[in-house]
Amino acid sequence: MKRKLSLFLIAFGAFIVIYPVIFLLAGSFMHPAELEEHLAPIVSPASQGFADWSLLPQIPTLRSYAKVLLEEPQFFMVFWNSVKIVAGVVAGQLLFGVPAAWGFARYEFRLKKLLFFIYIILMMLPFQVIMLSQYLVLRELSLLDSLWAIILPGAFSTFPVFVLYNFFRAIPESIMESARIDGASEFQIFFKIGIPLGKTGIIAALLLQFLEYWNVVEQPLIFLDREELWPLTLYLPEISLENAGQSLVAAVITLVPTMILFFLCKDHLEKGIVASAVKE
Amino acid sequence: MRVRTWKNPAWWFLLPSFTGVCIFYFIPYIDVFRRAFFSAAGGEFQGLDNFKTVLTNPAFQLAVKNTGLFMLVCIPLLLFLSLVIAVWIYRHSKIGNFLKTGFLLPMAIPVAAVVLLWRILFDDQGLLNGVLDRWGTGTCEWMDTRWAFVILVVSYIWKNLGYHIVLWLAGLSMIPDQIYEAAQMDGASDRVIFFRITLPNLLPMLFIIAVLALLNSFKVFREVYLVAGNYPNESIYMIQHLFNNWFRDLALDKMTAGAVLLSILLILLIFLLQKAWEDRA
Repeated sequence: MKRKLSLFLIAFGAFIVIYPVIFLLAGSFMHPAELEEHLAPIVSPASQGFADWSLLPQIPTLRSYAKVLLEEPQFFMVFWNSVKIVAGVVAGQLLFGVPAAWGFARYEFRLKKLLFFIYIILMMLPFQVIMLSQYLVLRELSLLDSLWAIILPGAFSTFPVFVLYNFFRAIPESIMESARIDGASEFQIFFKIGIPLGKTGIIAALLLQFLEYWNVVEQPLIFLDREELWPLTLYLPEISLENAGQSLVAAVITLVPTMILFFLCKDHLEKGIVASAVKE
Repeated sequence: MRVRTWKNPAWWFLLPSFTGVCIFYFIPYIDVFRRAFFSAAGGEFQGLDNFKTVLTNPAFQLAVKNTGLFMLVCIPLLLFLSLVIAVWIYRHSKIGNFLKTGFLLPMAIPVAAVVLLWRILFDDQGLLNGVLDRWGTGTCEWMDTRWAFVILVVSYIWKNLGYHIVLWLAGLSMIPDQIYEAAQMDGASDRVIFFRITLPNLLPMLFIIAVLALLNSFKVFREVYLVAGNYPNESIYMIQHLFNNWFRDLALDKMTAGAVLLSILLILLIFLLQKAWEDRA
């Protein structure tokens, strides 16, 4: 009995936790009239009563999807901006972050401890601490009001280096030694041993970074003036609830890439989370 | 000696990253420290004046109080809930694995989608008030009262529960089975096993898990900002709002001094983390 109760409680908790996804999906397939009926009290303050909701749409329809995909060129623009931002950040992390983690994890050198400490501190700082000075640097480099102002700092943020460091540490030194004896250069070792053996970590670190920048709010708010450059996160709250169908569909479309990646990389992600806490 | 340092292959791997980190993070960070001691307008040395101004600023006090209270409430709550669920999942690994995925899922739900949900749920005439009305209890202006703070705590826990469950599970799996078996042989009850074996063995992880919870606690600002804008209800006016508003008002003296104070606090915390971490090795 007690066992059943605890299972019920935990399963109920899990349901509550994932309910928002069901909510958004159901809403996105509702007919505009049905949505209007549900949400009228929120949309028009004059109306009495409260909003309500149903678990599933009465008559599922693709109307809202058609509207967003066919009649909203602006949505494509913002979606594309978000894609460009995360693609740039992830590519940059591959180019700079992955080798840096390898350097920290596999070699001894002077100042290593100090440098790594600096990386950790910079990882912990909330964006607001360096916002002003980063703004000035970006202005100096004439990068303000372009997507590069988001991409470049993201490409160098130090959290992925920290996660990857723990993965690269776990590779046994003996493998590297035998490769060296066979005459492999340090770069060959990195490409032939480090990258294949650290694959899980690389995927996890990049996925965490992807989620971070798919949700970016503060940086575009400060660094981008032109609305054409906005990412999804800033655009979506601007759609008024009178067009609830559109905002629901836009939310679902924002959700789809992260869900696909989440289910593809779930196991890697778990190991990445663990790596951020467990010292090898 | 110097030449040898630069010949070390580590530098070839590190240098590109370190250059970028310097340009976009480290130099700006040092610059914040420098600016905190000078006036933004004339550039003359101010000593500790900027800090005094900030510390006596009512908005700063409010924001620090709220941010601190938020962390004090939600971090212990998150750690406790995630530990309880992790222990349960660890004991029921079959169904547990399935549920674990469910708990992790909110990590991947974009902020923008969450915000839409908030607007429908917590509006004065929204879904939540609708339910309350049907039950006959009074309704409430969620986002304009102290309830906003509670909503914030709940959504932080909702988003981070899975992450921390996975962290605790990693800790649990590192405790050797033999210890449990030995304890069971000696006839120890589940309770005793939990408090005498599980908990003490998890303790080394507690600190880093707490620090990761802290790191993630700064991110709730996104939802708050997108729902409530620059000036939300007083109970959820956070450090981040204050900094954004100072930035817009060009109150750069206060901003840099505040940033320095905040980062000194954080560095102290990280320092403790590193110590706790090294003691383990």
